[in-house]
Amino acid sequence: MNRGILAFAARRLGMTLVLLLVLSLLVYGLMFLAPGDVARNLLGTKNVTPEALAQIRAQYDLDEPFLVQYWHWAGHALAGDFGTSIRTGGPVGRMLLDRVGITAAISGLAFALAVLAGVPAGVAAALRRGRWADRLLVGGSVVGVSAPGFAVSLILLYVFAVGLGWFPIYGTGEGFLDGLWHLVLPSVALALGLGAFVVKLTRAAVVRELDQDYVTFARSRGLGRGTVLRIVLRNAAIPIVTSLGLMVGYLFGGTVLIEVTFALPGLGALLEDAVLFKDFPVVQALTVLVASVVSVTALLVDLAYLAIDPRVRNRTVRS
Amino acid sequence: MTRPSARLRRLPATIALSVLLLAAVAVCAVAGGLIAPHALDQDIYTGTVGAGVDGHLLGTDKLGRDILQLSLAGARSALAGPLLVAAGSMLVGVLLGTVAGYRGGLLDQLVGRYADLVLALPAVLLAIVVAGLLGGGYWITVAVLVVLFSPSDVRLVRAAVIEQASRPYIESARVLGVRPARIMFRHLTPNIVPVVVANLLLNVAFALVALSSLSYLGLGVPPGAPDWGRQLADGRELLGDNPLAAIVPGLLIIATATAVNLLGDGVSEALDRKVAAR
Repeated sequence: MNRGILAFAARRLGMTLVLLLVLSLLVYGLMFLAPGDVARNLLGTKNVTPEALAQIRAQYDLDEPFLVQYWHWAGHALAGDFGTSIRTGGPVGRMLLDRVGITAAISGLAFALAVLAGVPAGVAAALRRGRWADRLLVGGSVVGVSAPGFAVSLILLYVFAVGLGWFPIYGTGEGFLDGLWHLVLPSVALALGLGAFVVKLTRAAVVRELDQDYVTFARSRGLGRGTVLRIVLRNAAIPIVTSLGLMVGYLFGGTVLIEVTFALPGLGALLEDAVLFKDFPVVQALTVLVASVVSVTALLVDLAYLAIDPRVRNRTVRS
Repeated sequence: MTRPSARLRRLPATIALSVLLLAAVAVCAVAGGLIAPHALDQDIYTGTVGAGVDGHLLGTDKLGRDILQLSLAGARSALAGPLLVAAGSMLVGVLLGTVAGYRGGLLDQLVGRYADLVLALPAVLLAIVVAGLLGGGYWITVAVLVVLFSPSDVRLVRAAVIEQASRPYIESARVLGVRPARIMFRHLTPNIVPVVVANLLLNVAFALVALSSLSYLGLGVPPGAPDWGRQLADGRELLGDNPLAAIVPGLLIIATATAVNLLGDGVSEALDRKVAAR
């Protein structure tokens, strides 16, 4: 039994590694698909001289075959060296470290807000299925899922920063409390879409459990509402937790737009700058980083699923 | 079976409103030149003005363009691109998904791995990277989104085909010696149309959000073109002078995407009821 689980975990880990390998290969190859000469692109705004071009070709191994170049790049990347930024000339790893804090703070706050508000709202909607509170929540969640973060951001900015003056408009602020204050609107904007998704998801999971025969049976045996609800919630928790883990990627996609809108110097804003400037080393590093975080989270969720739910464990081992 | 009039009366208000809004957007998209002939006229002397000044009902943007006309003209890129993305990715989905689901084998494996690869990163993020490095532009962006959206459609169609393939009518067609291509696209496809339509609408909403996000970042439509995402990016600096420059296109994106999503949800609910009634 344990061997089956280990084999599954090993296979799943292997799949994740292969996925990251192929993805990094594609991201690396994108540099060569971009219009223009690669060496010139890598030179950026520096003067184009034959010597400078030759130096770039040597620095990036451009005269080697593609796979050799990739191998060198991947080797350095695994050791934590993502090369130097074309735009700033500084090491890419350092740039990422400097900016990861803001992105982590917004994403963390948004995730917490979305879960703390979304899960109870979803449960409440499921328990009042078909009544006006449910309809309101379901309708609201459709709007929330449909509204792009940047549109919500600008409306929030107008109402709460320009109109009411409660919050600052742009930037990061000074010190911890002021910094946190600057992150409230961005986090709320990011949390809205996520929270709406959590409401939909939670409602669907709880409704599915409420329709099960065991609920009817428990009620008919005279179990109290609280007791039945506890059993239902425990069973509904599994799909909810799984989906929450898969939202990490969604969060990062959203932060790009939020950080640009609020002029916050995080990883998302860095990605936008790097893409527009064709700062290839930065784009490669960021994309591979996000892909790693997303796929490792998915891996952990799968394994956690296995640890929590004996039904899944049995199915996996048998197949 | 209910009479059509009775059915219409039971139509939820939200669905009716969504249809009305989308019809209005569609009219603006098709007849934009007639409805908003001065959308791109720049009134440089006026500059940015607030609502109601100089006959500009919603004010102007920083180039002095009328916000109302510009927003109406933006309906075209808000509808054309997303429809194309959704239709294109669903076409790929139906073709690859049907063959992969019905035939299985190597193609099925390849399609599955491709989906794993694309779905490992958020679509919007990948679109920003790919469209940005390839140089942006509206049609490149649309093409990139088709490639990024298709894997989930392939998966969806594949699952529906596998479910259908075990039914008696397919068995009997096979026994009668109908060619596989004919079974797939004449017998199977009509039966997965409901799933396809419901998902098509959800894709349109998602594509609208993705495309306007890219335009907002300067990767979609060229500068100056009427587009809601672009308008939001320009309006970001005008929150003090004329907030409507950002608020109006923002609300239009939210309302249009919501209407399409409500319609999609409505269609899939109606289909579920139909299946349950069978």
